[in-house]
Amino acid sequence: MTYLTKPALHHPTLQKNKVGYTRRDYEGKISTLCAGCGHDSISAAIIQACWELDIQPHRVAKLSGIGCSSKTPDYFLGASHGFNSVHGRMPSVLTGANLANRELIYLGVSGDGDSASIGIGQFAHIMRRGVNLTYILENNGVYGLTKGQFSATADAGSKSKRGVVNRDAPVDTVSLALQLGASYVARSFSGDKKQLVPLVKGAIAHQGAAFIDIVSPCVAFNNHEGSTKSYDYVREHNDSVNRLDFWPTREAINVEYPEGAVIDVAQHDGSILRLRKTHPEYDPLDRVKALNYIAEHQAKGELVTGLLYIDPDADDLHAHLNTVDTPFNRLGEKELCPGSTALEKLNAALR
Amino acid sequence: MKRKRIESVNDFVIKFANVNGSGSASANELFARAILRMGVPVSPRNIFPSNIQGLPTWYEVRVTEKGWLGRRGGVDLMVAMNPQTWNQDLAEIEPGGYLFYDNTRPLPRSRFRDDINVIGMPLTDICNATYDDSRQRQLFKNIIYVGALAALLDMDAGAIAELIGEQYKGKEKLLKPNLNAMQMGRDYALAHLKCPIGLRVKRADAVGRKIFMEGNSATALGAVYGGATVCAWYPITPSSSVAEAFERYCKRLRVDAASGKNKFAIVQAEDELASIGIVTGAGWNGARAFTATSGPGISLMTEFIGLAYFAEIPVTIIDVQRGGPSTGMPTRTQQSDILSTAYASHGDTKHVLLFPEDPKECFEFTALALDLADRLQTPVFVMTDLDIGMNTRLCDPLEWDDARAYDRGKVMSAEELQAGKEFGRYLDVDGDGIAYRTYPGTHPTRGAYFTRGTTKDRYAGYSEAGPDYVDNMQRLLKKFETAKALVPKPLLSAAQYPARFGAIYFGSTSPAMAEALDALAAMGIYVNALRVRAFPFQDEIADFAAAHSKVFVVEQNRDAQLKALLVNEAHINPASLISVLHYDGTPITARFIVKEIAAITAALNVRPLKKPKAA
Repeated sequence: MTYLTKPALHHPTLQKNKVGYTRRDYEGKISTLCAGCGHDSISAAIIQACWELDIQPHRVAKLSGIGCSSKTPDYFLGASHGFNSVHGRMPSVLTGANLANRELIYLGVSGDGDSASIGIGQFAHIMRRGVNLTYILENNGVYGLTKGQFSATADAGSKSKRGVVNRDAPVDTVSLALQLGASYVARSFSGDKKQLVPLVKGAIAHQGAAFIDIVSPCVAFNNHEGSTKSYDYVREHNDSVNRLDFWPTREAINVEYPEGAVIDVAQHDGSILRLRKTHPEYDPLDRVKALNYIAEHQAKGELVTGLLYIDPDADDLHAHLNTVDTPFNRLGEKELCPGSTALEKLNAALR
Repeated sequence: MKRKRIESVNDFVIKFANVNGSGSASANELFARAILRMGVPVSPRNIFPSNIQGLPTWYEVRVTEKGWLGRRGGVDLMVAMNPQTWNQDLAEIEPGGYLFYDNTRPLPRSRFRDDINVIGMPLTDICNATYDDSRQRQLFKNIIYVGALAALLDMDAGAIAELIGEQYKGKEKLLKPNLNAMQMGRDYALAHLKCPIGLRVKRADAVGRKIFMEGNSATALGAVYGGATVCAWYPITPSSSVAEAFERYCKRLRVDAASGKNKFAIVQAEDELASIGIVTGAGWNGARAFTATSGPGISLMTEFIGLAYFAEIPVTIIDVQRGGPSTGMPTRTQQSDILSTAYASHGDTKHVLLFPEDPKECFEFTALALDLADRLQTPVFVMTDLDIGMNTRLCDPLEWDDARAYDRGKVMSAEELQAGKEFGRYLDVDGDGIAYRTYPGTHPTRGAYFTRGTTKDRYAGYSEAGPDYVDNMQRLLKKFETAKALVPKPLLSAAQYPARFGAIYFGSTSPAMAEALDALAAMGIYVNALRVRAFPFQDEIADFAAAHSKVFVVEQNRDAQLKALLVNEAHINPASLISVLHYDGTPITARFIVKEIAAITAALNVRPLKKPKAA
């Protein structure tokens, strides 16, 4: 962490996006996390993705639970409302917020303790319900703020900094999300910005439950030999199934790729995801095959990354509930109160 | 010896002992409604088990021309349809009362009592002779006994036929057989039984414009009228029917005619933690949201309730109180969540509680709670209970003033922010402890803030500094003080003559208390009564206590929870308070209150002629 305050003034020649913001307009407060923390790289990727997507920062609501990862929403998108809620319960708060105003972009930031240990129930149910959000799990396999206990995503056999070996089986959040109906599922690595930024952009553009598990090494408690979430380990075992390019609208794509090596996926908002396959047999449109592939490679000790699954026809909780287009928080008594005449009828039926 | 026979017109208690799931509930309700149609008030109560089918269930109807809607206690006519509970049902009948039973299988004399009047009718035989289908035999048996009761109680058969007609309007297939069954029962009784018995229903004009409604439905309707758009809940007796009724009313009243889309969202969450989380998120983002639960749900929600208190987020919680944890007693009524809600959560917290007495106040207080939650930016609890929530209760018609606008509280708009109005999320600009908030997404550069529980300064900046924490906590206290002027005031029922005794009560105790005060006055015991309708307590409550030498605090829990709160928060001298506590799971009765208060006042009035000298 640094104690230097950020200058409020921007360089006048900083590049602006289509909505007139510089990349710096998407920054937040100075991070108070440890120097080298993977989480800070993820914050940077979110900033980059939002800037490139031409999103007005105040149209994003960022919500989190409790933990190191959950502190990060203070460190990006300073002009957005943020909510540091209850440990493991970000999903329910975000669900409520999303119901109240369907027009905002919802970013849920959580950690592995927050999502896979205390919050596994809420994690599961927000995926089931198909809430339109980008759920970012900053996964380091360890509790940072309470100094180094294992979380539920720690691999069996991995060793803590104090030399304790974890015997419990890990929770694989990516497989869980797939089973539970998430319609955009990806895994990435905080140290791989080139892979991560397009995945975040694709998730934000996705109109449904988008989940990204991002392995994010904890430099203080889980970056040693014997850890399976360290920078070295992940770099060595990372097996990317594809590379994602993101086009915000249905523009003509003028990049040439060899036949059979790409899949274009058009999303509801008009954006196009182009997947450059690095594993030709991998089909990100098939949920069952994706599950199998992940399990097979996990058994071999490989960490499968990339866009693992996408349902381009996904819908969301608002569609399931058939809610009106106007955000609920803009409806007043005129729209909501049935009035005294209707009440008189109800009274009459109760006599 | 001539057997005593209770004689009473329009004032008696009839109890139906049934088997859960046998279809008796709708027949019994038909019976109660028919009496209402005759202009005579009734007060029915379900006494049901944690069970779908097979366990005993009772339905008690108090017929009361005077309009005493509390549970009376005792039974004048027992309709004993459940062999499992025969002995207990028989024992409950008042001497000189009546027993109506199915005498298809004769019972030995030893199974009866000598001091009651026994009326047997071969219901099973009649059904077996009339219907082939076993389900029909079961269902119509209920309607047949309603028909027989109509004859025995000299009721207007037309009123029952009218109700059956309304119930099966457009369902001719069901209408006819139901009418026939009712008629069959009535004819049999008129031909074979001595009609009428000493208990009779006589047409009166004591119902007027009153409506007959369950508290939970009224609560749900209050949420519709109060502008709730988000309801998140988890099934738990006795509160589930709040969310179910909300859905029913919303489908009728909240679907946009042009688009066919819903102006509501109901989520049956995975647990109470998620329910309150969803409500908190929606409140944070400016939608009116509520959850309905009961005691165990409150326990699960407490972490979030604390967060909502500290983060100052509008949250409305309906607590339909019941007996404690697990299963069994939870289908019985209590007022036992007063302390767990008043101080719910970790850290220093105090919450606004509203205590409705009947469906009408359930409606009003729920709509009010949504306003108060927005105005005070805090959790607000509507504290009903099973007795109010799950029984159909006669009450005044619901009212709504079309000129009423929702009070959305202090929300700073984009225009105000643009105009440069100072925004500090926790800045007390008006001196009432309530700060302005903004909805997410309001303005591109102003008004955004980061929501946290504690650890903040007046401008929502991160601060672990002690003075900032204390400053914020003091403001929250000031806000609680502001709440006093906004919540419903206590209501006084003054005795006819100056009284040295007072009584404080709340919620579902109300009808029993009214009746008890009347009975006590008839005994020459005059008591001024104050119905507390909300927490925080207004000064009137402490003044009332100070004006009486002794004050009874009548409540339906073991630990005198309201009394504890009165001592702690209204600083009333505990020596002046005497608890009257009823907590066996049945609704409190006037008889119980009268007995307790009469005994205590008698003891207090006995004074030794000479004061013993100190040794």
